[in-house]
Amino acid sequence: MNKQSNVYTVIYASVMVIAVAAVLAFVAMSLAPKQEENIQVDKMKQILSSIGVETTANNVQAEYKKYITSSFVLNSNGDKVEGEAFNINVAAQVKLPDAERKLPVFVAQVDGNATKYIIPMYGAGLWGPIWGYISLDENGSTVYGAYFAHQGETPGLGAEIDKPAFRNQFIGKNFFKDGEFKSVTVEKVGQKPMNGADYVDAITGGTITSQGVSAMIGNSFAPYETFFKSLTNNQGE
Amino acid sequence: MLSKKTKEALLGPLSKNNPVLIQVLGICSALAVTAKLEPAFVMAISVTAVLAFANVIISLLRNTIPNSIRIIVQLVVVAALVIIVDQVLKAYVYDVSKQLSVFIGLIITNCIIMGRLEAFAMGNGPWESFLDGVGNVLGYGLVLIIIAFFRELLGSGTLFGYQVIPDCVYEIGYANNGLMILPPMALIVAGCIIWAHRSMNKDLQEK
Repeated sequence: MNKQSNVYTVIYASVMVIAVAAVLAFVAMSLAPKQEENIQVDKMKQILSSIGVETTANNVQAEYKKYITSSFVLNSNGDKVEGEAFNINVAAQVKLPDAERKLPVFVAQVDGNATKYIIPMYGAGLWGPIWGYISLDENGSTVYGAYFAHQGETPGLGAEIDKPAFRNQFIGKNFFKDGEFKSVTVEKVGQKPMNGADYVDAITGGTITSQGVSAMIGNSFAPYETFFKSLTNNQGE
Repeated sequence: MLSKKTKEALLGPLSKNNPVLIQVLGICSALAVTAKLEPAFVMAISVTAVLAFANVIISLLRNTIPNSIRIIVQLVVVAALVIIVDQVLKAYVYDVSKQLSVFIGLIITNCIIMGRLEAFAMGNGPWESFLDGVGNVLGYGLVLIIIAFFRELLGSGTLFGYQVIPDCVYEIGYANNGLMILPPMALIVAGCIIWAHRSMNKDLQEK
């Protein structure tokens, strides 16, 4: 057979592509359940991390059941709507207008009976997406803990947002000042926000990522304003 | 089991014919994944799997591949293997795959792989090709790990994520060098390794 002929080349290419496609489809299908499980477990791990509970792949499901007592979905008016909070794709939701967004809230019980609210966040860093979870005290304003993660920020610079040194700065900051929503911003060291909001120090050399975190917190938290404001007012603050 | 030729295929790339130091291939990923030891290590293992299998597959197919589309055939084989590696990492070592993220996909563009397929596997049997693949990746991985060792040690004060520089050293004023974490330092460290390597092997020096 003439191996240099066009017919041979075309048939060879077609057979190769079909064979490779079949192999890849098989691999993807057979590993999919395992990958899906990893993603779920990882999400639980991240949620728990925002209330300061560090887990391993082995105990995360048990710990999740222990701490996260309930979850619900809100609309931007602060009313509960149908849906399973855990399955909501936050990345897709942040692109929608505030009025159409479904807002997941996870309720955690720590140290016996203290209630904490956890909300997911999603935004953009320098190289790719960044996301995280932030947990608030019962008053709906004071930060109890924060978790940030990123897809591919610069190691040692922007990537530092997932380190405790950065995350722990948020603890004790308030989203509401005198009943007014101010968010918590990330500022260059030595600067502070004009509107009197609480702020934390940015990462030196990670300016764009730090600004991304600041924007992400504002954008992700804003639609929850009505809900958390009602909690704040109930506390008589 | 190892004739002189196969031995040369396996061990040559470790030093005298090192893909990074002598042929200056695969530099792109040496920059990207060497800020920490762990990703450098996993990268080396992943590239081993891809290159060893790609070499064997191409070597088995070498007499059937039409000459006019041979690069495309090589690329398809490499791409398929890289996707399989990516899927396996996602299923079994999710944390590490999260850390490496896009770099696994970028194995496809690693010049060493295409270079070995074209230069060796197209003209040699499967066993020699397998050894050649393993040898080249060991040479590549070795350089990657040496670079990552210095960058992580001097840039973060850790090795494999464990702190090795004691706190008392920091107290007397030592600071991690943030420059080591930036990509240019990978090139400079690689340059230093090439310098050391050539001064030890005088026969490699160009006249």
